[in-house]
Parts: sequence; structure tokens; C-alpha cells
Amino acid sequence: MVLFLSAVSFVAGHTFVVLVDEEDRRYFKQQEIILWRKAPGKLRKQRTNFHLTSDLNPQTHSLPCDFHSERMLWLFFFLVTAVRAELCQPDAENAFKVRLSIRTALGDKAYVWDTNEEYLFRAMVAFSMRKVPNRETTEISHVLLCNVTQRVSFWFVVTDPSKNHTLPADEVQSAIRMNRNRINNVFFLNDQTLEFLKIPSTLAPPTDPSVPIWIIIFGVIFCVVIVATTLLILSGIRQRRRQNKESSEVDDAEDKLENMGTIANSIPCDSLNMKGGHVNDGFMTEDERLTPL
Amino acid sequence: MTLPLHPRSNTAETCGPLSVLALPGGGVPAAVGCGGPTCNPGGFLEAADRAEFSPHARLALPVRPEQSIKGGGRIRRVEVRDRDRLRAMEKTRAQWGNPLQFVFACISYAVGLGNVWRFPYLCQMYGGGSFLIPYFIMLIVEGMPLLYLELAVGQRMRQGSIGAWRTISPYLGGVGVASVVVSFFLATYYNIINAWGFWYLFNSFQDPLPWSVCPLNGNRTGYEEECEKASSTQYFWYRKTLNISPSIQDSGAVQWEPALCLILAWMMVYLCILRGTEKVGKVAYFTALLPYCVLIIYLVRGLTLHGATNGLMYMFTPKVEQLANPKAWIDAATQIFFSLGLGFGTLIAFASYNEPSNNCQKHTIIVSIVNSATSIFSSVVTFSIYGFKATFNYENCLNKVILLLTNSFDLEDGFLTASNLEQVKGYLASTYPSKYSEVLPLLQNCSLEAELDTAVQGTGLAFIVYTEAIKNMEVSQLWSVLYFFMLLMLGVGSMLGNTAAVLTPLTDSEVLSSHLPKEAISGLLCLVNCAVGLLFTMEAGSYWFDIFNDYAVTLSLLLIVLVETLAVCYVYGLRRFGAELEAMTSSTLSWYWKVMWACVSPLLMVGLFLFYLSDYILSGTLQYQAWDATQGRLVTKDYPTYALAVIGLLVASSTMCIPLVALGTYITQRLQKGASFPLA
Repeated sequence: MVLFLSAVSFVAGHTFVVLVDEEDRRYFKQQEIILWRKAPGKLRKQRTNFHLTSDLNPQTHSLPCDFHSERMLWLFFFLVTAVRAELCQPDAENAFKVRLSIRTALGDKAYVWDTNEEYLFRAMVAFSMRKVPNRETTEISHVLLCNVTQRVSFWFVVTDPSKNHTLPADEVQSAIRMNRNRINNVFFLNDQTLEFLKIPSTLAPPTDPSVPIWIIIFGVIFCVVIVATTLLILSGIRQRRRQNKESSEVDDAEDKLENMGTIANSIPCDSLNMKGGHVNDGFMTEDERLTPL
Repeated sequence: MTLPLHPRSNTAETCGPLSVLALPGGGVPAAVGCGGPTCNPGGFLEAADRAEFSPHARLALPVRPEQSIKGGGRIRRVEVRDRDRLRAMEKTRAQWGNPLQFVFACISYAVGLGNVWRFPYLCQMYGGGSFLIPYFIMLIVEGMPLLYLELAVGQRMRQGSIGAWRTISPYLGGVGVASVVVSFFLATYYNIINAWGFWYLFNSFQDPLPWSVCPLNGNRTGYEEECEKASSTQYFWYRKTLNISPSIQDSGAVQWEPALCLILAWMMVYLCILRGTEKVGKVAYFTALLPYCVLIIYLVRGLTLHGATNGLMYMFTPKVEQLANPKAWIDAATQIFFSLGLGFGTLIAFASYNEPSNNCQKHTIIVSIVNSATSIFSSVVTFSIYGFKATFNYENCLNKVILLLTNSFDLEDGFLTASNLEQVKGYLASTYPSKYSEVLPLLQNCSLEAELDTAVQGTGLAFIVYTEAIKNMEVSQLWSVLYFFMLLMLGVGSMLGNTAAVLTPLTDSEVLSSHLPKEAISGLLCLVNCAVGLLFTMEAGSYWFDIFNDYAVTLSLLLIVLVETLAVCYVYGLRRFGAELEAMTSSTLSWYWKVMWACVSPLLMVGLFLFYLSDYILSGTLQYQAWDATQGRLVTKDYPTYALAVIGLLVASSTMCIPLVALGTYITQRLQKGASFPLA
């Protein structure tokens, strides 16, 4: 059975692979793959270097020898993407899942996640990898994305220049962690809305001032209270001393008056006109001051 | 004591002793040393043959004024001898600067933390709007009469609580002593709340607020375990503020941070009270008015918060069936009783500095209505904050569920909202049953009612729930500072009243005030209280605080007020007291007060007292809530024996004062009589 491959290529999402057999029967298959369309020149060059391994993708069909070169082209496309898709798969080795919550973070200002954004993401990952020693030659093409969902979540791997193996997870993880902030800022997101599952975010250490702030304020208020208390006590003591002095003065004055003679309305009695008076003996004398009860 | 007359001559001008009170020239002689309506201006001067010379004495002359003294002229002047007694009279009792200071002092004492953190809780427990009915009935039947009684006693006797009750009856001096003891206990443990308030206030000047984020654990990979299990506000309260131990037996060491704050709190109280109780009036302007300013600001902010209406509707929806619950009425009576601060002796102390002619009936009504209105006002604020917090938590919970579902099923971000959540859940359950059943146990059930139902009272409300709400507001530092400042004003206002209740009898007593100046007495008192209060800053201090809070004052106060009411009505005589009151304030005493004092209030007191006594006896072992750090929540434990002994000691030491002092007075009088018999 000769099978033609007639594939409609999408950048992302779903691909309909339509298999047309020699009797023009069309078999539709929906397949989630990512196809890269290379410039035709590059592709011809690659064809000569490309190794075909038939057991990589179970969906690879065995091909008869006499197919059209155009079909070969598409076949190579398919296989290239199949190999690549194999490297990047959910739960593949050294693959990381990324989850974005753009609408949660930005609300009305949310942008649509399209291929350009993916390109930017791949660029950021490549940039992070380039900062790792020994990996300065990482290109954007080495970063593979797959399984993009509507959630906006996808998996990615970083391959080495030969595109056969993926870079170890630790290197990728440390690279991402070092540049996490910059990656977040590029997408206007933060650690919670741009999640790299399995890459824990470094928690920001709390800023501890050398002297706790509360002690400073406590010290200020304590001093104010002490000063106010001291002032009040001192003024109270002064007031009492003045009162004591006054009352002792009054005492002295009263004693003086007693000796002088009695005073009525602060007028010494002696100055009053006492003539023409008789002492009335009917009343008590000075000695008996108080009548008994 | 009859007045001596010392005419040196038989002229009308008599010279003699020092203090001369002249008669108006040639006219009708005025009364000597007379003030107020007890004098009879138009008539004779009658001598009072009372043992004490008092300002209301009437003095009798042996002759009528228009007659002439034998061999002399008409009486034109009468002098009073006895310099020392006069000097003592000149040192009359100090008074409030103006009557407004007295009202503000009473308001700032009565409006305290209980209005803010106990009344909203009761409102919530007993069905919102319908709780107001028993509350107001109890206010009219119990609160106002008892408040009026205490103010009247203080104003009439013009002494602190010990002196006042001793005047009423020498055997009842114990009531005053019991009041002083209870006030002392309250002062000791109440100020620790102010210390905590200071701690939170000082910590509010940081960004972010220290109770809004959990601290990181040792190797910076996550948050502290205790903080993860509990919440960040609970962690800050139990670990950073109290550093609480797992049980009351592990006392731990004194924590220096709360200890410093406690010392500061006592210094504040000392600063306000060191010049004497009557100077508290100046401070009372601030402590009475500032909390209202903050409450109004909070009201405006609270009502504009998202979700505030949920809380308000929940609170004010009346559940009328709660009216049939006897606990609602008992709690209403208790709340009125303790909210007004009856029985501590503070009101007597404050009223003793009043002018005798002060209209304390008007002030009673003002103070009690302001107190209740503040309770309702603050519960409106509290419930709008509750509503905000509950809505915030509910929406958080919903968001977590949405996120979980979105991530598990890789749905589009923003597709799931609160409105279509149920529909989508149904769809997912039918479309992907296996996966949905995996996810189902992780989905929390979010309910707004459950969030609103978490009723909290006491320190938990102020320091955990409120701080949680505040940390979610914008400019949370400002709101935090305002809130704790208000708490401090309320707390300091009540503390001043309590300290005045202990201080006034001490400064009234001749023994102490002759040896020590006022400042030293108040300083010693604050020092002693501070030293004892350091016990509450230990790791187990919060558990001792709960002991004092629950048991030190409740039973004793009920007994004290009951004895007070019975003493005034039946020992002193209601009619006599009423007549003196009418004479003093020159306004008639309404029959309503008399009925309340004589019958209704004592019956209510007896009922409450019996209820609480039986409650304590029937509940068996007393239990308390301890914080378990490993689980991050409170657990119930039993009190050890020595804690129970302390509780018993607290209650006994105040209630036993009454019979003990009565017995002591009786014995002393018998001994005196026995000693004097041989002489007679």
C-alpha cells in the first residue's frame, strides 16, 4: 500500500494528518505535534545528514521505496518533528512543565499567548542557559516546547547542539533560578503566575534592620514619659514647699497677733475705741475657752 | 459644741479669736459657718450639738439678736474659736476642675475594652438585633439604678470606698476593703493588656507588618512550620508576643519585650495619676474623646470595605428565638454590670470629688447611655470588619478551588469564575469522572456563613482577628496604628479609674497621708502592681491572665454590689438616704429609683450570684485553652491543683473581707465597751 502524506502544518496546536491511500481514501488523524518549517535550502542540506530511526515514533509508517520527493520532504518534516517531539514530551527526562496565569495577573491588560510569545520564552530560556559556563552556545532552536494547552501550560526541554540529548535538569534548573526575576519581568508576571513546576522559587529573605524598629519608638516614648513624670513630681514638691512656707508664715503671723492682742477683721483690737465700756463679768473669761458638751 | 462668746467689752464689737465671720451690718444675722439649705438665714442661729464640727453646723446664741446682752449692746459679730479644727476644715476636699471632667472621667472609665471586644461577641451569639432587647431592659432595670446608687454614695459621703462604707455603718467597712482588694487584682492584670497594645503599636511602624508574613525557616526553603499550620497573625500573637508555653505548668522565663512594655504602661498610669485622682479629669478629656474619633474614622473605612455589608446583615438579622434563651438575659445582665464597672469603688472615688450640689442623676443617665451607645457603635464597626475579613477569606478559598481545578484539568485561565464554578464542576465530574474523583478530596467547601460564624471575643478578637483584617487593607500601617492607639486610650482610661479606686482610700487615710506625700503613695502602688504584673509576662503568663480575668472579679463583685445595695437600703435606711440626697442636690428623688434600689436590683443580683455559683460548682473541674505549637491550634486542658487553689484564694480574699471586717469591728467595739465600763 502506497501511502501519501499530505500534512497541513500548523505552528502549534493540533495537526490533521490526512493519509490518502492509492484509492483516494482519506484517513483523518488528529495529532498534537509541533512542526517546524525550515527554509527549503536548509532542509535539503539536512536531509543528507539526517538519520532515520524507525522505532522512535510508533506512528511512523514504513514507507515503500518509490515515493515522491515532495512526500519525502513532508516525511522528513514529520520525522524531524517526531524525534523532536520525542525529546520534548510530558514527563520526559529533563523536561519541565511551565504554567502561566496571564489573565489572573493582568486582568484586562492580558495579552494572548501565541507563537511570538513562545518564541520570546524560548529566547529567555536560551539566554538563561547561555549564562551557564560551558553552555554559552545555546541557541533558541535548542529549546523545544510541546503540549501547549489552553490553560497556557506547556513542557519544554533544552537540547544540546547535536539535538540528540537534552541538557541535564540540574543545569536548566539552576540557570532558570538565577534568572527567574528577569524571565518574570519580561512577561509582566511573578513567581506565582509564571510557575516552573519542580523549580522552587527562592523566597526573599526578610529585611531585618540591625535595631528592631519597635525598640526605637519604645525608647522615644519611654524617655518622654520619664521626663514628664519628673517635671510633674518636681513641680509638686515645689508647690508643697511653697504651701508649707506660707502656712508657717501664717502660723507665725497668727502667733504674733496672739501676742499682740486679738484682732477683729484684721484690725488690732487695741485700736478700737474701748472707752465707755464695762467688762461684763457675766461672760466667760479667757481661761475657759470651751464649754463642755 | 456651743459657741463661745468672748466679748471683751459690752460693745457690739467683740474682739477675740482668729477667724471672724462678720454679720451683715445691722441686719439680720446670717448663720455662722453655714452653707447650703441646712441653714435658716432668716432666723436664729442655733448651735449644733454635734460631736464634729462640720460646714453645715448651725450655731445657737443664748440670746436673740435684737435683744441686748446683759449690760451690753446688740450682738453684731460672732467668732469661732479653735484654730486647729478650722485649719483642718480649710483643707477641704479637692474637687474636679469642672463638672465636665467628672463626666468624662466616668465615661473614660466605663467605656473600656469590654465594649469593643465583648459586646459584639454577645451580639453575635445571641442573635444580633434581638440581643439589644434584653440589653436595654437590663440597662434600665439594673445598670442605671446601681450606677446612681454608687455615685450618690460617693457624693454624699465625700470619701473613698472604705471611708464611705464605714460611715454608712462601722460594720460595713469590709465592703470598702473588698472593693479595694478587687480593684487591686484588676489593676494588676488589666495593665498587661495595655502592655500588649503598646507592643503591637510599636510594631505597626514597619513595612510589611510583622504579622502579615510568616518568617522563613532555618534553611530558607519554606516558612516556619508553626506559622504554616496556624496563620501568620496567630503565630505573631502566640509566638512572638506571648512566647506561650504548652501548658500552665511550664512557667518559663520572663519575656523582656512584654516586660518593657508593661513597665512603660505603668509609667503612663503613674504619670496620669500622680497628682491625685481629681487631676485625672484633665487626662480624661483625651482618654474619653480620642477613642470616638478613631471609631468614627474606622466606621467610615469599615463601611466602605468590600464585603462589610455581609457582616452587618449577619449581625443585625434578629433571631427572635434567642430571646427565650435564659443565657441571653443572664449575659445581658452580666455585660451591663461589668461594663459600667460597678462595685470597684471607682465610681465612689470619682463622685467623692464632686460638689455636693452636683446633679448626679443627670450624670448617671448620661454615662450609662453613652456607654451602651458606644457598645453598639463599636459593634457596628467590628461587624463591618468581620464581614470584610470573612468575605476576603471566602474569596480566597474560592480562588484556591478555582486554581486547583484549572491546573488539574488544564482549563483556560480565567474561564472558571465564582459564578460558573458549580456548573463547571458538574460538567467536569461527568466528563472526566476518574480524574475528578482524584481531585475531589482536595477541594475545600467554601462557605461565607462558616467564616462569619467564627465568633471570637477577648484578646483573640483584638489581637488576632482584627490584625488579620487590617493586614488586608490598603495602607495597613495607618489603620494598625489608629486601632491600637484607640485600644490604648480605652485601656488607660479604665486603668486610671481602677488605680483611683485603690488610691483614694489610701490617700484619705490619715495614717498614710501624714507620712507620705501623694506622689510617693501612688508611686509605691504602681511599683507593687508592676512587680506583680511581671508574672503575666512569663511564658505561661497568658494562662494566669485568663485565670484572673475569669475568676478574680466576677463572683466578688456581684456579692459586693449586693451588700452595697442592701446596706444603703436597709442598714442606713432608704428614707434617710433619700432625704439626705434630696437635701444635698436640691432635687427630688424619683420613686423609680427607690423601687429599684429596694426591690428589683437586689433580687437581680441575688439571681445572678446564685446562677454563677451553681455554674462553677456544677461544671466540675475547670479547664483552660492551651496553645499547641505542634498542631498550631488551641487544645483544652485541666487546671492543676495549685491553679485551682489560687482561684479559690482570689475569690476568698475579696469576699471574706466583708464578714471579717464586720467581725473585727464588732470585737473591737466590745473590747472598747468592756474597757470603758470600769470608768463609767
